[in-house]
Amino acid sequence: MSHETTVLLAMGVPLAGTALIVALGRWPNLRETATMITALVTFALVASLLPAVMAGQQIEAGLGLSIIPGVPIAFRVEPLGMVYALVATLLWIPNSVYAVGYMRGNQEHHQTRFFACFPVAIASAVGIAFSKNIFTMFLFYEILTFSTVPLVTHKGNSDAMRSGRVYLGVLLTSSVCLQLLAVLWIYSLYRQGDIAGIDFVRGGLFESAVSTGAVTPAVFGLLFFLYIYGLGKAAIMPMHKWLPAAMVAPTPVSAFLHAVAVVKAGVFCVVKIVVYVFGVDTLRATGQSAWLVYAAGGTILIASLIALFQDNLKKRLAYSTISQLSYVVLGAALLTPISIMAATVHIIAHAFGKITLFFAAGSVYVAAHKTQVSQLDGIGRRMPWTMGAFTIGALSMIGVPPLVGFVSKWTLLRGVTEGVALGGSRIEETFALVVIVLSTLLNAGYFLPIVYRAFFRPPSREDEHHPHGESPAPMVFALCTTAGLTVLFFVWPKAVLSLGAAVMEAAT
Amino acid sequence: MDFVHQHLPALVVALPLVTGLVTAMVGRRGAGWWIAMGSSAAVFALCAQLLANVAGGGSQSVTYLLGNWPIPYGIGLVVDPLNAAVLATVALIGCVVTLYARRSMAQEVPEDRSHFFWALWQFCQVGLLGITITGDAFNFYVLLEISSLSTYTLIAMGKGRDRRALTAAINYLVIGSIGACFYLLGVAYLYMVTGSLNMADIHARLQDIFATWGTDAPVYRKTVIAGFAFIMVGLSLKLALFPLHLWLPNAYTYAPAAVTALLASTATKVGAYGFIRVIYTVVGPDFAWRYLHSDYILMICAMMAILGGSLMAIRQVNVKKLLAYSSIGQIGYIALGIASDNVYGLQAAIIHIFNHALTKGAMFMAVGCVLYRVGGVRLEHLRGLGRKMPLTMAAFTIGGLGLIGVPMTAGFVSKWYLVGGTLERGWMGAAGVVLVGSVLALVYTWRCIESIYFGKREEGAPEVREAPLSMLVPTLLLAVASLYFGMDSRLTSDISAQAAHFLLGVRP
Repeated sequence: MSHETTVLLAMGVPLAGTALIVALGRWPNLRETATMITALVTFALVASLLPAVMAGQQIEAGLGLSIIPGVPIAFRVEPLGMVYALVATLLWIPNSVYAVGYMRGNQEHHQTRFFACFPVAIASAVGIAFSKNIFTMFLFYEILTFSTVPLVTHKGNSDAMRSGRVYLGVLLTSSVCLQLLAVLWIYSLYRQGDIAGIDFVRGGLFESAVSTGAVTPAVFGLLFFLYIYGLGKAAIMPMHKWLPAAMVAPTPVSAFLHAVAVVKAGVFCVVKIVVYVFGVDTLRATGQSAWLVYAAGGTILIASLIALFQDNLKKRLAYSTISQLSYVVLGAALLTPISIMAATVHIIAHAFGKITLFFAAGSVYVAAHKTQVSQLDGIGRRMPWTMGAFTIGALSMIGVPPLVGFVSKWTLLRGVTEGVALGGSRIEETFALVVIVLSTLLNAGYFLPIVYRAFFRPPSREDEHHPHGESPAPMVFALCTTAGLTVLFFVWPKAVLSLGAAVMEAAT
Repeated sequence: MDFVHQHLPALVVALPLVTGLVTAMVGRRGAGWWIAMGSSAAVFALCAQLLANVAGGGSQSVTYLLGNWPIPYGIGLVVDPLNAAVLATVALIGCVVTLYARRSMAQEVPEDRSHFFWALWQFCQVGLLGITITGDAFNFYVLLEISSLSTYTLIAMGKGRDRRALTAAINYLVIGSIGACFYLLGVAYLYMVTGSLNMADIHARLQDIFATWGTDAPVYRKTVIAGFAFIMVGLSLKLALFPLHLWLPNAYTYAPAAVTALLASTATKVGAYGFIRVIYTVVGPDFAWRYLHSDYILMICAMMAILGGSLMAIRQVNVKKLLAYSSIGQIGYIALGIASDNVYGLQAAIIHIFNHALTKGAMFMAVGCVLYRVGGVRLEHLRGLGRKMPLTMAAFTIGGLGLIGVPMTAGFVSKWYLVGGTLERGWMGAAGVVLVGSVLALVYTWRCIESIYFGKREEGAPEVREAPLSMLVPTLLLAVASLYFGMDSRLTSDISAQAAHFLLGVRP
């Protein structure tokens, strides 16, 4: 099988999976088997591309649709996209196991619709990851938005509908009014001959255009601004409103889409356009991205502060996600090779840690019907596996060794020092350093009390009348797997760091 | 066959005129629809042939002399890339809606008047096709009146369901007559100074007049400007360009369902065509845009139409009225494309004439299906229909996504060209308004979608089922076509590019 076919199949197989899931809707066991097989095959397809990509091979593919003649839908696999595609497809496997347990344990309705929407989201995530030009990226970005709306509004009550409106409203307004404008503007610069193309290229599209003056720094900076805020999925404040709203969705959706696929699509796109559209060197030379360091740093701190005061467990995790996403953005905004690598590593580290935390939150909900932090006293004794995994995830978020979160935070700090060494403006690097230190404290401040309550506080009186144990086995299995992986990636950091190094290599 | 080929342009108008008269005279129950169907199918075949001739032919513009009278004494029918595209659109929609209209009309119009209905139905199309194909400014007026007079009556036939159709019709009659008078007055002014009624001839003679304007002794300056202004206002009334749109919402709301579908997808589109024809081929863009700067007036009207129409649409609870206001906004898109005076913008206008005809046609027909089965088209009537009438509602949803301009629907292609055209012109504000317009479209479409898919039908409401096949098939046909032209826009892009290059007199 040629690599080209593999790339197309990585999107085609999930779509075929959707058709199969709908067709098998009446037989739940067969339907879930279809989900599993699709997930495994998709991951295998994506993973099979890895050796070639690491060897520096160019893998390209195209889709024969001409939505706009002259603007092809094309794919090119490069290390950064590979990282995102691998994370998304790999984590889909434990998530499917978990989702089966959750949906059945909770006796949710409309399960076929639920399972049918997931593969579409995965296919569009892979499409975003492998996109070759800004148009293709925009296209799949939009499909991802629409395919996840039915998942957010799954419950169908007025609360879910309101959240659905916020979700769609923020994501679509930002992508249509800002991102599409930027895409069309860049395309019209290309049509007027000011820049050479709209494909992602090393060094960015504007290198010569800015130096010759064909594109003024002001236009360049405005485009950058439009693009960054047009990527609403990255949840840089004030575009973050959709993320807490989306937490009404069933936990597997929150876990997978709002810790992995959707939010990572946002920050992945930020890194991708910084590296391949605007170009690290051009941004550094024009100084048009300095504001992003402050925007990301501000988001990290404010979201962490808000998280401190959330009693609803999923809400607290949501704000923690907003803050952690901006680490990736911060890495991209620091504009050094190592900080780009840190951004990549953090995409991986956060995905594994956060999915574990969400899995644990859902597991507590299914087994004990508890949603608030204040109800969790002593729950660690009844659900040792779940809360053990939660602790591992939380420590990884804080960045404590021996967990993968430490690896990414360490790399980010190296990026900051490298920025100083490269002669960047000291103010931004100092600010970044302060943010990283402060936010680590804040992370500890909102995660450790949960761990403390679970293991060191006695259970409340009421709880003794409602005995419960662990949640269904598939869920426990899934969350232990992802927790195990966060440990594994610390013990064997080469797996993560070599990917990051490949990204750094390809990008700068 | 030779005869047909030779007289293609005349047959397009003559055929429905004759069959319309026959329909009125036969007066037998049931025969009306068969004649109308046969005639509109034949006309569509003729128009498709005309379009194929133009698209494949070397010559840009072909003039057919009625009765072989030479220009400027006789009436010439002109076929060029622009009107071939509009003719094909009108004929296609006419054919599909006629197919749809049989069942829906039988329910809404008393049987003893059905032969009049079908005769007027055909006369309306005679007028629209004639306006599009004629090369004579006075003949344009005559056909404008034919289409308008039959439209007034067709709208009034909605009185069986709602007597407000009568006031809507008289309202339109008054405004429409004023518009037609304005147009005629404008043509009279131009006739006064040029002594000709043939459009091409007027254009040639106006050049001599314009040539004197740079000198010390300009001739007929005020007369030409007044004539142009009268024509523009007259056509704006027909086109329902904001703020001259007041007749439209009620006329669309209370007309029989099939009539609304026909008018929404053809009548205003022909008005837009008249705009392009007068500006680009009669007075010429040098006069209209660069001398009078009326492009700014048009741009401002268009922006107000987009914002005003969409905002009004958001407030409606009657879905037909909601779509009517949305049409006012969509007309703004077309007007903006016309005003932007470059290839991309004109392409946008021409593509949107076609794409919006498909989209709005499908939506109005879907609403007609609801009216047929449920008996009302307020938002609450749509509740829960996603399960009861899945195919109809799928067509409605596809149309709604097209109004928003979601990628993979025809609306996205229009939006791409439109924003591209305004950006090329340097109208950043207008580009922003277009994008904001799509967010507003999201708001009103989403209100419908929430009712359809997440609303519950009232307890004890009578059982409803899917619309009859003869209505469902045409509805789905247009919806699928709008998807097809959203995924493969080669045909529409090529033809519109040919037309735009023809109008702007530039080589592709």
